[in-house]
Amino acid sequence: MGFWPIFLLALMEGLVSAAVLAITAAGLSLVFGVMRVVNVAHGAFFMLGAVGAWFVTTYVPGPPALVFLAAMILAPLCVAALAGLADIAVLKRLNYSPDATIVATIGLLYILEQGALSFFGPSARPVPAPFSFRIQLPWFGYSGYKLAVVVAAVVLLAVLWLMINRTKAGLVMRATQSDPEIARAFGINTDKVYAGVFAFGAGLAALAGVLVVPIQQAYYLMGEGPLLMSFIVVIIGGLGSLRGTLVAALFIGLSDGVISMFFSPTLTEILATLLVAFVLIFRPQGLFGRGAA
Amino acid sequence: MKALLLHLGVLAGLLALNFLAPAYHHAMLARIMVLAVFGLGYNIAFGYTGLLSLGHALYFAAGLYATGLLSQAGWSAGPALLAGVLAGGAIALVSGALALRTAGVSLMIVTLMFAQAGYQTILYYTPLTRGEEGFNLTNAGRMLGPVNLTEETPRYLAALALFAVALLLKLALVRSRRGRVMVAVRENEERSRMLGYDVFRVKLVALTLSGLYAGAAGAAWAVLFGYVGAGFAGIQYSILPLLYTLLGGAGTVLGPFLGALLMFYLIDLTSDVSQSYLFMVGASLLILVVFAPKGILGSLRARGLKWLP
Repeated sequence: MGFWPIFLLALMEGLVSAAVLAITAAGLSLVFGVMRVVNVAHGAFFMLGAVGAWFVTTYVPGPPALVFLAAMILAPLCVAALAGLADIAVLKRLNYSPDATIVATIGLLYILEQGALSFFGPSARPVPAPFSFRIQLPWFGYSGYKLAVVVAAVVLLAVLWLMINRTKAGLVMRATQSDPEIARAFGINTDKVYAGVFAFGAGLAALAGVLVVPIQQAYYLMGEGPLLMSFIVVIIGGLGSLRGTLVAALFIGLSDGVISMFFSPTLTEILATLLVAFVLIFRPQGLFGRGAA
Repeated sequence: MKALLLHLGVLAGLLALNFLAPAYHHAMLARIMVLAVFGLGYNIAFGYTGLLSLGHALYFAAGLYATGLLSQAGWSAGPALLAGVLAGGAIALVSGALALRTAGVSLMIVTLMFAQAGYQTILYYTPLTRGEEGFNLTNAGRMLGPVNLTEETPRYLAALALFAVALLLKLALVRSRRGRVMVAVRENEERSRMLGYDVFRVKLVALTLSGLYAGAAGAAWAVLFGYVGAGFAGIQYSILPLLYTLLGGAGTVLGPFLGALLMFYLIDLTSDVSQSYLFMVGASLLILVVFAPKGILGSLRARGLKWLP
């Protein structure tokens, strides 16, 4: 293969990781935007989605495509319920103070990882893709499932966009984000909004985990990479700005795919983490954000 | 006076345990004291100055690797240890000069990212650092003058000496003028600035001191226990001193030691029942932050022991 086919392959791989990253980071961004909570347990919710998908596809009988669809619905719902409980039991008691919630979500992360280790085990386990056709390009064949993930992500993010900007639930969320006091004065139960947003963000991470599990394998520590990448994306895109997050996910996902095809992935990660640190220090509104954060 | 007596009493107790403690606990206490020094340093930044860092593993690893690599290059233990301490402080100074331009949540993420970059850098230079696998120090590199630190008793006494110096210096620091300015910055940054204090400088000095402590703990770990590995640079070693400090009491001199002691024994006792290290750490963090944000000594101080420093 010459240079351009390899470059095309790198772009396609980058697009797949950008798609998964966009869904995960959208969840993190939403939680930070509305609640001002930095959710360190976000990667654990991602991992639980993947592990949940393994349980569903292993124990539910039926045609693979249908079972996988069931996993796509069941796993995020369970994770969302768990996150909602965690919000009511822990985060609410802390009055969503930024420092305390970070420590609490670190605790939550450890507990969830231990849970996965105890009930799922220390080994990585594969989940078969719901369908297995390959798209044959002139230079190489490419997994149809990976392209389906990209399509699913685009649809999902479009729906998310409409939900936030065009529905009552989205309006309530945005109202709570811009001023919780006033929102309460207008009869919005902000406690419910917070619990709902935290659950919803966790559900998005879990869904990304379900989508990714036929590509990677389910593993109890698999959430750490996506957590770091989501942090990077959310910060580069501007904390709390969903549009910035999506643009940054595309940018980071693609460049990660291309750069790690030609350079060492460790070097890529060093540069990305340093970039984030310097963005926060010198340009806290993010590279794509507008005005002051 | 009472405070000084209490701290000297703790040190005397630890000295007595050198002769009394059974071998297993003797070895464990040596580790606890070294990690407690790490916690004491963390508390200078977090407990007294209000700087919540999630990246102290970087300073610990700086000390660990500086000492370990120099020892491999043939340096003797004394200079290698000193270099480790300075490496921790220097990295803290440089990263602090950048990171302290931010505050609150941004500071946590920036410190986390710096530490992550450091961890990845260690992995990137695996031919030199041996990556996750790590390397062992030679026995010759673990001779501090005539003292053989591979033996149990000298090792314990060396750990105790380091801990004693760290503890008493910190006691002096928090009772000094500078210590009170640090607390003032924690309590009300704006007002401290209005009173004419250079807040940035106070924070930077506190973080650098904290880095010196972390570097000293890392350097001591390399020489006393003879092993250097990338695991010590991971996020977990940034969380541990935070956990020790929260458990024992943020803003108390002895807090991190008490926290490290309790955490070690909690994990040790429960590991007989199950392998649930992660759960113990996670659950302790949650319980502390929800029910006892002041930690043990902080709660005691709030309930009457006002003299506790």
